[in-house]
Amino acid sequence: MNNILVFPMVIPLLTGIILIFLRPFIRLQRWISLGAMIVVSGLSIYMLEMIQTNGIIRLDFGNWKPPFGILFVGDSFSILLVLTASIVTGICLIYAFLSIGQEREKMFFYPFVLFMVAGVNGSFLTGDLFNLYVCFEVMLLASYVLITLGGAKPQFRESIKYVVINVVSSWLFLVAIAYLYGAVGTLNMAHLSARVAEAGQPPLVTVISILFLLVFGLKAGLLLYFWLPGSYSAPPTAVAALFGALLTKVGIYAIFRMFTLLFYHEPSITHTLIGIMAGITLVGGSLGAVAYKDIRQIVSYNVVIAVGFILVGLAVATPSAVEGSIYYLVHDMIVKALLFLIAGTMIALTGTAKIDRMSGLIRNYPLLGWLFFIVMLALAGIPPLSGFIGKILVGQGAVEGGNYVLLALAMISSIFVLYSLLRIFKNCFWGETIISEEEQVPLKKTLLIPCVILTALSIGLGLGAENFAMYVKDAATTLLNPSIYVEAVLGE
Amino acid sequence: METIIIILAGVLVTVATYLLLSKGVLRVILGTAILSHAAHLLLMSMGGLKTGGVPVIGEGDGTYTDALPQALILTSIVISFAVTAFLLVLAYRTHQENKMDLSKIARGLKNE
Repeated sequence: MNNILVFPMVIPLLTGIILIFLRPFIRLQRWISLGAMIVVSGLSIYMLEMIQTNGIIRLDFGNWKPPFGILFVGDSFSILLVLTASIVTGICLIYAFLSIGQEREKMFFYPFVLFMVAGVNGSFLTGDLFNLYVCFEVMLLASYVLITLGGAKPQFRESIKYVVINVVSSWLFLVAIAYLYGAVGTLNMAHLSARVAEAGQPPLVTVISILFLLVFGLKAGLLLYFWLPGSYSAPPTAVAALFGALLTKVGIYAIFRMFTLLFYHEPSITHTLIGIMAGITLVGGSLGAVAYKDIRQIVSYNVVIAVGFILVGLAVATPSAVEGSIYYLVHDMIVKALLFLIAGTMIALTGTAKIDRMSGLIRNYPLLGWLFFIVMLALAGIPPLSGFIGKILVGQGAVEGGNYVLLALAMISSIFVLYSLLRIFKNCFWGETIISEEEQVPLKKTLLIPCVILTALSIGLGLGAENFAMYVKDAATTLLNPSIYVEAVLGE
Repeated sequence: METIIIILAGVLVTVATYLLLSKGVLRVILGTAILSHAAHLLLMSMGGLKTGGVPVIGEGDGTYTDALPQALILTSIVISFAVTAFLLVLAYRTHQENKMDLSKIARGLKNE
């Protein structure tokens, strides 16, 4: 029965392989890929319920007992992220059906999206450090292809930088794994946790943990985010939305796992460092978000701000702060995808990305305008919407932890988020209409369907936070008590 | 023996870092290749070098070298091979499409 745990990785992988053979049949490819994501979402909901009743589920591959074999571990945190990732991917796929174009669809676009999702889901579920590395590479290789697919000039320019940066960070990951294996002698995460706890995290292990922080910081855009705005503005809209929603979040997930499960014995060093990095990320992201007039750059810097904000929760590490981070992580995956989709639609409609070259869009495209308005409020954390509960819990945690500098930075960054998006709203949607009725580019109504679904999800997440709280609480409890995880894996 | 291998890995990392910071994209790609060599050497020496026979049952006299790092290295070699192949083709296509000096990309100059 535990075999269900492998499906979020295997279904996209197998579907992707099958789709390679169905290259000429684009319609069939669309339906199969969408169907695969719906199945994975359904299974994740089922697993989430299963974990509430039975506790953490694990799957040992080949029946090797935990420290010796590779295994998948599903706790509420990972399954929540798998669920959100699958839903968001499904919705981005719907957008891709309508916007990505025949040439890309014929060149294996859908298989690569599915391979990327397989890598993402595998990273969320794995319980083995080297397996995490492999899943990261699966995800990254697919993302390399997706960022270059189509071959426009800016894509080439940005993709070389993106690939090289990720090769270097993967190398660092490998080095960190080598050091940790040399120091502790195992690769299973639960076993690592037990061994690190036994040794009381000596300085050597703390150094290795900082190396891991650098690795995942590069992947997540924590402090080391210099590659992010360029790479995320090059690919087509649907791909950029997938990147913005999924890729950095995997890095954040890995940081959470590492520093709550393995390296939690020296918080005065590691968690202070995370706090400093998160603070600088918030400042840098906020400056970037208000500095540019290019919509894509503004949106990309908003990704950076969110990374900083989520990591503030980890740096504070009180129960409510971690809960807030989880809420915010789920909310951010949904809303960032929506933000990228809307920004991409605006660019497609006006043919420019500069905010001072468009104006008065709300008269021509009212629904798009109001969707943008809602997403702006959700991102800033206005009460009925989904960003609020995460922000308030992280804030509460920071007050409990007495971490007022981070609290101030996190809350001020919300104002910067609001300002940067309000600038887009005011410049692009209000004002005199530049486009006249005749030359108005018709907005395909179907193109708004994915945006509307995502907005509904965001509102639902905000209003239905109560129903959702049970899972988040369970996830936070598991994160803060690593012994639960270790026992679930190594027990019996 | 481990010390010598570690020093060798250190030299490789130094060379690779120098290459990664240079102008030409081909040099950067060479840098990434050397970087992965260094990582593989490091993985091998972290498992302990030559403490027993070849890890094939029946070959040694009861003690074997740690087989795990070898499996890790094998996996990682294949991955870095794939990435390097992709990167080389990407550099070639960029050169072909853009008709511009590869060094301009490395320096991040806009050419639009």
